[in-house]
Amino acid sequence: MSPVRHLYVHLPFCAHRCGYCDFVTVVGRHSQHRAYVDALLAELALEGDVLADRLDTVFLGGGTPTLTEPEELARLLAALPDAMEVTVEANPETVTPELASLLRAGRVSRVSLGAQSFRPHLLEVLERRAQPDDVRRAVYLLRDAGLDNISLDLLYGIPGQSAADLVSDVADALSLELEHLSCYELEAKPGTRFTRAHGDELERQAEAMEGYFETVVQTLTAAGYRWYETANFCVEPGRAGGRDLRAQHNLAYWRGSDYLGIGMGAVSTVAGIRKRNRPSLAAYASAVRTDTHAPADIEVLDPETVRRERLMLGLRLDEPLALAGLDGVLDRDALHRLAEHGLVEIAADIGAGHIRLTRRGRFLGGGVTVELTRLEPAAA
Amino acid sequence: MELDRIRNFAIIAHIDHGKSTFADRILELTGAVSEREMREQLLDTMDLERERGITIKAQAVRVRWRDHFLNLIDTPGHVDFSYEVSRSLQACEGALLLVDASQGIEAQTLANAYLALDNDLEIVPVANKIDLPQADPDAAAAEIAQLVGESPERVLRISAKTGTGVTDVLDAIVERIPPPSGDPGAPARALVFDSSYDQYRGVVAFVRVVDGRFETREPLRAMVQGTAFEAEELGVMSPGRDPVTALGAGEVGYVVTGLKDVSRLRVGDTLTSRRRPAAEPLPGYKDVKPMVFAGIFPTDSDEYPELRDALERLKLNDGSLSYEPETSQALGFGFRCGFLGLLHMEIVRERLEREFDLDLLITAPTVAYRATKRSGDVIEVHNPAEMPVEVDLVEEPYVKASVIVPKDYVGQVMELANERRGSFDHLEYLSEERVLLSYALPLGEIVYDFYDQLKSRTRGYASFDYDLAGFQPGDLTRVDILVGGEQVDALSLIVHRDAAYDRGRQLVERLRKEIPRQMFDVPVQAAIGSRVIARETIKARRKDVLAKCYGGDISRKRKLLEKQKKGKKRMKQVGGVEVPQEAFLAVLNLESERKR
Repeated sequence: MSPVRHLYVHLPFCAHRCGYCDFVTVVGRHSQHRAYVDALLAELALEGDVLADRLDTVFLGGGTPTLTEPEELARLLAALPDAMEVTVEANPETVTPELASLLRAGRVSRVSLGAQSFRPHLLEVLERRAQPDDVRRAVYLLRDAGLDNISLDLLYGIPGQSAADLVSDVADALSLELEHLSCYELEAKPGTRFTRAHGDELERQAEAMEGYFETVVQTLTAAGYRWYETANFCVEPGRAGGRDLRAQHNLAYWRGSDYLGIGMGAVSTVAGIRKRNRPSLAAYASAVRTDTHAPADIEVLDPETVRRERLMLGLRLDEPLALAGLDGVLDRDALHRLAEHGLVEIAADIGAGHIRLTRRGRFLGGGVTVELTRLEPAAA
Repeated sequence: MELDRIRNFAIIAHIDHGKSTFADRILELTGAVSEREMREQLLDTMDLERERGITIKAQAVRVRWRDHFLNLIDTPGHVDFSYEVSRSLQACEGALLLVDASQGIEAQTLANAYLALDNDLEIVPVANKIDLPQADPDAAAAEIAQLVGESPERVLRISAKTGTGVTDVLDAIVERIPPPSGDPGAPARALVFDSSYDQYRGVVAFVRVVDGRFETREPLRAMVQGTAFEAEELGVMSPGRDPVTALGAGEVGYVVTGLKDVSRLRVGDTLTSRRRPAAEPLPGYKDVKPMVFAGIFPTDSDEYPELRDALERLKLNDGSLSYEPETSQALGFGFRCGFLGLLHMEIVRERLEREFDLDLLITAPTVAYRATKRSGDVIEVHNPAEMPVEVDLVEEPYVKASVIVPKDYVGQVMELANERRGSFDHLEYLSEERVLLSYALPLGEIVYDFYDQLKSRTRGYASFDYDLAGFQPGDLTRVDILVGGEQVDALSLIVHRDAAYDRGRQLVERLRKEIPRQMFDVPVQAAIGSRVIARETIKARRKDVLAKCYGGDISRKRKLLEKQKKGKKRMKQVGGVEVPQEAFLAVLNLESERKR
């Protein structure tokens, strides 16, 4: 078994749970931060055998990792293994000069800022605490601290978001000249508090919002960003001194690499076993303290499932996907049908035995992937 | 048995006018069943019959009243089964005409009463439900009396529910209805007026012996069809099977034939003895042909074998159901089924769904058309998709339709009949308030929501009945529906040229709403031959993405993908377009109901 080169660390603490959020989060509980970091380090010691000596990437996600008590965050960063890319997720309002230098000192090379929008009325709908100026200030502070790889999250399809709102949000993000942007369509999950409050409004807006994704992609690509994954954009290498500014940690997911996840609710995929730690803070902390594995759900991925995920994830990227690893899960008839409709390329110029979605195909990536996927092995 | 101690009679009544309650009361009063055995509507044995309050199959039961044997032959009350009704009536010398005193005569009752008069039956008029506060026994009696040419005083007034007057009816049956005539010494002849299938004993025929005498173990022959068999058992229904050694002239009973297929012994045929065969069968045998057709497909194509088995089993009991395999590009493998009429179709559908637990897709009903091709060949078309584009002549079945309606609604009925290409025949006042309208109408217009429209435009007051009345040429055309440029065979229809545009328009509009947007523009068209008469476009989706997917999301996203993929199995591919079955259902419902 080849060693795992990617580590995810989950820091669940948040100041407030936003209505649309579906991540594993815990509100408040500052008193527990120390114990939680202890637990993380214990779990790392317990599970870390699978890790390579030097990692490619470490990603601290949340929650709001930057809300963790500074002392504990520093202790954690210091204890984590070295990696070429270390990303921390941050909420703009938590970024202070002190935090910026703490991250820098902790060898953090990349910060992902959860901005979501620059419109105050939309931030309010999202129950975000940051104001538009907080976002800008956070960027300047991080820059001042020497961080040269900053990403920003934007949401589109927010209840009440007009086309003009969207154009302004994208323009505001662009004006910050960031290395990386992630743009997500808001997912209003049925039955959530958020959907109960805003579902009707979203329904009314559905038709108007159909073109929002196109607007985002068009604007960002015109501004010199590479649309390298369904929801992710980075400055073209040509404009970044040859740097590959793609999120290397996430790229590992999309390429089907193994990864170890630690923390409550964290997911690992190692050698065909997917393990999801239970999303309970108490159970997690107490188990790891006693040197046992965190309570988790195990999913064994058979080789065909692995290939199916490979197809599903690989089609999200702008780089060609090798057909070689997709035996039995790719519907060849559908492939040719979709190619005829101009949704998939099988052209020779992307390398024999490779496929890639066309620009239009990527807008319809969900449906195209369903089409291309085969569930049962072909009848003999 | 002496002929003059026998009375054979039927009951003619409209749905809900109390026939079954009345029959139950007779069984009770004559001691044929004890009260303990009594259950509501004993004669109607199928669940469906009890639920809908209709009789689908004829039944016969023998009761004793004073010194006489009364054979009650229960008849199907619906026009779809009018041939069976006519055979049942032919087995009788008299009929009770049972009318709800709060409702008056309905069209169906009228049709069957005429049928009884045509068969020279003695009619005993009865006004039922006189206990109801809204009953008007005098008005009902006057209406009935006028219809059958009796004096109102001769109309018996009863309440089957409370039992009031029921013994008077029994006495009247004995007094007014003549005993059967027939020649006990002649070669044996018996009319088959119904049959059923018993899984252990095969086909059981219900017969009225006209001449001679039949004995157990006697070799028999059905004279029209030529089927030979042995009378394994003879008996009478009282009301359970009660074996006897012989059935003589005038008697009504059953014959266990041992035959394994109901289609070999048709209603209307004549049984005779092979030892001393009669020269001529009894008159009136007809080979009933289905007039209404529809494709039946399993929703889940894996259920095709189950559907085939279910149809086979239904057919055992229902000789008038016909079916043959049909393959539709849109709906897969199924059967094109022929029915006597719309009710028959509904009954078959409900039995398939209920008794056999099948999930079905049923195409819009169509009628049997006759097309004369350019070559001069005449073909009968049961499926619109099979109608040749180049034809010299298309003929369609017509009916003589009777509508009884309060006089205030005459205008609405006429309007509807005109919209449906009806030609007026006559109008007659049944009483001061109620009018009988008669029209010639194409059957194709009737299977297309006529009854629902009639009911809604007359606020439920109209009653309606029809008789088949031959074929007539019509300016008919086939309209095809195309999705993504490909014809959807299951949605083709045959309509009058004047209605083609509207019907085509409705269908494409509905389909545009029902078919989910695809990854490319999809045209939906209605066409006559190569000429497009209506067109809509389902605009391509602009986006369909799984917004974000990181390490913790992969399993969930994959499962979602697998679920969507499985969902597609229930879609039908037409012209590269995935059409959910719900879309077909919605359009087919539009066709068969158009209520909304």
